[in-house]
Amino acid sequence: MAKKPRTSAAEQREIDPKDLSPRDRKTLGQITGLADTVVKAAASGRDPAMDIPARTLSNVRYNKTKRFIEMGAATNRRQLFNLNQAKSYMQTMLVAEGAKRLIVQGKTTSLRGMYYLLKHTIEGTREETFDDQEESDSVIEDLEVAIEALREELHVYAKNAGAMVGEITLIDSGDTIDCTRMGSGGYSIPSIVEPEVIQFAKCNAKFILHVEKDTVWRRFNEDKFWKTHKCILTHGGGQPPRGVRRLLYRMHHELDLPVYCLLDNDPWGYYIYSVIKQGSINLAYESKRMAIPDARYLGLRSKDFEECGLSNSVKIDLSDTDRKRAHQIMKYPWFAHKKPWQKEIEKLLENGFKLEVEALISKDISYVTEEYTPQRLADQDWLD
Amino acid sequence: MTERVQGVDAGVKPVPLAPPGPNGQGNGEAPRRRATAHSMAASQRDISVSEFFAKNRHLLGFDNPRKALLTTVKEAVDNALDACEEAGILPEVWVHVRSTGENRFQVAVQDNGPGILKKTIPLIFGKLLYGSKFHRLRMSRGQQGIGISAAGMYGLLTTGKPVKIMSKIDKGKPAHYYEIQIDTKRNEPEILNGKGEGDEIPCGERGRQAIEKLGIEWVEVEHGTRVTIELEARFQRGRGSVDEYLEQTALANPHVTLHYMDPEGQEKHYLRVAETLPPEPKEIKPHPYGVELGMLVAMLKDAKASTLSQFLTTSFSRVSAGVARRICEAAGLSPRASVRKIGRHEADALYKAIQETRIPAPATDCISPIGEELLLKGLHQLVPGEFYAAATRPPAVYRGNPFQIEVGLAYGGAPATHRVPKETLVELLSQSDARTLRQFLATTFDGLGVEAADQILHTAKLRRRMSPGKLKEAEIDRLHEAMQNVSLNDRQTMTVLRYANRVPLLFQAGACAITQTVMQTNWRAYGLSQSRGALPSGPVTVMVHIASVWVPFTSESKEAVAGYPEIQKELRLALQAVGRKLGMYLKRRQKARHEGERRNLFLRYLGEVATAVSRINRTDRDALYEQLLKVAKRKTAEADAKYDERGQRIDEEEDLGEHVLIVERATSPTPVPAACVAPAEHPEVAEVDDEID
Repeated sequence: MAKKPRTSAAEQREIDPKDLSPRDRKTLGQITGLADTVVKAAASGRDPAMDIPARTLSNVRYNKTKRFIEMGAATNRRQLFNLNQAKSYMQTMLVAEGAKRLIVQGKTTSLRGMYYLLKHTIEGTREETFDDQEESDSVIEDLEVAIEALREELHVYAKNAGAMVGEITLIDSGDTIDCTRMGSGGYSIPSIVEPEVIQFAKCNAKFILHVEKDTVWRRFNEDKFWKTHKCILTHGGGQPPRGVRRLLYRMHHELDLPVYCLLDNDPWGYYIYSVIKQGSINLAYESKRMAIPDARYLGLRSKDFEECGLSNSVKIDLSDTDRKRAHQIMKYPWFAHKKPWQKEIEKLLENGFKLEVEALISKDISYVTEEYTPQRLADQDWLD
Repeated sequence: MTERVQGVDAGVKPVPLAPPGPNGQGNGEAPRRRATAHSMAASQRDISVSEFFAKNRHLLGFDNPRKALLTTVKEAVDNALDACEEAGILPEVWVHVRSTGENRFQVAVQDNGPGILKKTIPLIFGKLLYGSKFHRLRMSRGQQGIGISAAGMYGLLTTGKPVKIMSKIDKGKPAHYYEIQIDTKRNEPEILNGKGEGDEIPCGERGRQAIEKLGIEWVEVEHGTRVTIELEARFQRGRGSVDEYLEQTALANPHVTLHYMDPEGQEKHYLRVAETLPPEPKEIKPHPYGVELGMLVAMLKDAKASTLSQFLTTSFSRVSAGVARRICEAAGLSPRASVRKIGRHEADALYKAIQETRIPAPATDCISPIGEELLLKGLHQLVPGEFYAAATRPPAVYRGNPFQIEVGLAYGGAPATHRVPKETLVELLSQSDARTLRQFLATTFDGLGVEAADQILHTAKLRRRMSPGKLKEAEIDRLHEAMQNVSLNDRQTMTVLRYANRVPLLFQAGACAITQTVMQTNWRAYGLSQSRGALPSGPVTVMVHIASVWVPFTSESKEAVAGYPEIQKELRLALQAVGRKLGMYLKRRQKARHEGERRNLFLRYLGEVATAVSRINRTDRDALYEQLLKVAKRKTAEADAKYDERGQRIDEEEDLGEHVLIVERATSPTPVPAACVAPAEHPEVAEVDDEID
């Protein structure tokens, strides 16, 4: 890894720093600052180290006024001369260098692309810089929190996950997207949805209905629910990725659209709702850009089995992990003081079974779009 | 031994055990008498010891031609060393084994000892059970006076050739040359040359001519003895071979110079590393506790003393007048009773009284151990390794016999398979009587188990069941290469070298108290891996020496030491003493390795970090790398100085104590695999291995 001559192809492709966006310039400055600490420490004979905010449950707290999860002040010191940290220190510097390359060349890459960009055999050994993508993914998140830059600011994106359809027109990288004309597949939500990439052009929707997964979303799309009810329909393929959450956030705040969630009646569904509403522990530092404290939980509810008169065959027994998880969720500070939520989860445990949204199909194929959801919206029967 | 030979005699002497009486005739239905007492008596006759051993040659170590060769060399060398040491001469011994025909070898052993008087030569070499060593209690190699004459007898039986002896007692005196054979019926020597009188060889030039005329080989010495025996034998290298015996003898006798020429004409010289003789062992009288009833009766019969008290104080060690009086009191006998009047009944009482009376332990200064320093020197010279430790226990006593245990330990070094040159391997293969290659490997090389043999064969892509003698050139090449390359460190088992009075014991390892005690010792506590009740693994050689005025062997061929509890205890303590030192050494080595590993780990990543940083902020990569390197060195040194692998602070290195030798290896050809250095299992809670009295 000798230094490349200044005239190399990579160098030539570099964008003049003056032409970089202010955001990129800021990120670049932060990366350079990190590198400078190493030079300084080495020059004074000290052990180079960096402080990385702890991404653990113990270092997040619920901000009651802002109503979302925030990251605490606790940091982990990562040292080069520590047997257990030496490798991850090295990896962090590699990721920083990789991000710098992307920024100055004006390129973006996926998480996996970053993994391949930085993966090589360490000189003189048989050891790889990264053994698998999980290692680099986690180091990328470390770097995000360490220099307070967002993933997209590092020019790294995740794969698209989640789709959208409905009464909205937006501009994605200069292309106008009319979400009422997306066919059966919908608009695939990219992982970077920042204003530089996506701008909202026109919106006729009155609310957003977010469903858990693709199958349910297709039902709603096929029945043109969004047309009948003047709304935007999204799904996040299970736990919604950053792009979906960020887009929901932007539409909620910038277009003033209320968000309703239709998720499975099980601890996982509750958790997805919790992530959309309060933020996640792992990405607590991004809550302020993603959490939607006003999001509402439309269903399914533990009472629905009786209320909708479902048959016994749609029940799925709760497993031990489900029960454990339910108890944990009950104790989340943002649920702990909400009586309806306590009742909801207690009822789930009492039932001893969970329900998927698809269970409603047992009544009628379009029961969920034609009766269940409209009824609940009309009755304002949701949990908050 | 005493009892055994007496027993043989007693059994064959025509002593009518049951007198033919009325019982014998009995009633009419009794079986018909086949022989009468008279007819039986006619066929009962004296058998001589020689005749007995001629028929029972295995008792003396002549079970097979291969072992016969070794036993012959061994007896001759042992005698030579004993003679030199007793005379106070630094021994120099020449051993020459020569092939004289198919399965026939001539063994010649010469020493620079005091020589033997003309009249006793025939008796020493031509009569069984003639010697100076049996009737005294003194530490010596030979004990019984059977060995060399038995070897001569075996040679005579298998080849018909007499034993040839040449001996010279001083510079100016003539030498004497005898050709002797043993008359097995009479257990008497028969001199064949010089009309039954032997030849006298004068000094000077005339003597040299005479020697040449008689066809005698003789190394010019001022005094000494040469014995030549021709016998049916097989020469083989590897385990239990003459080579091994001589090598191990040199190891335990650092004051001896050995010259050895094998049947292929290869010469080996083991030069002495010590210029002083071991202190002369003192002869002691028997201790009362070690005397059995039969022997006591015999001693009483031969006693010159007149009173019982006199007899006790003069015949035994550690019996003062006071002790004698207490014994007599306990036996209900008068100290002034006449020895001649002590009958069987009184002897019995006396024997019991001895056991019940407190008698001081025998003096132990009659034993001369090798000593730690010489043990280390000897081991270092013969066993390649990196760490040596030795321990000599203070003398102790079993059954009234003083004895002393010494242990030397060598760790590291290449296994036997790595040291074999290809020519030797070819030779070993052609000589082996093993039926399969696997058997060949496991029996030829020390410390090589079946598992390791399989691994070598697997690497060499050879079948396990191939016959060693039928390998093709290319196959031998592959085998040799595999033997050099397969790392056997963790599969090697400990090599145990056993010695009794400086004589290596090469057979019956399993039956020997030494091997058993080594296996019972918990070596895991000292950083070696070991399955329960087995020898530990690792590149370790342990040498154990028992010195005693009377070494308790389990059989006449002197191959295994009997397991008296007192002996086992001393063995254990000595093994633990060297084990502890090994443990400390291994721990220290492991620590050093940790330090190295740690530094390596940092160094590995420093380059990456420096490159990444320089690309980000355009710092000079190499300068940064150098600076980081400096910090790394300081950091690792600090960390390692303060903590051991358990994270406990240590201020100073543990002292390994005395009698330790550490060899720094200049270059190690292959990186030492981790497994051999430190077994995965950490020493468990260390055994309480302090002395328990």
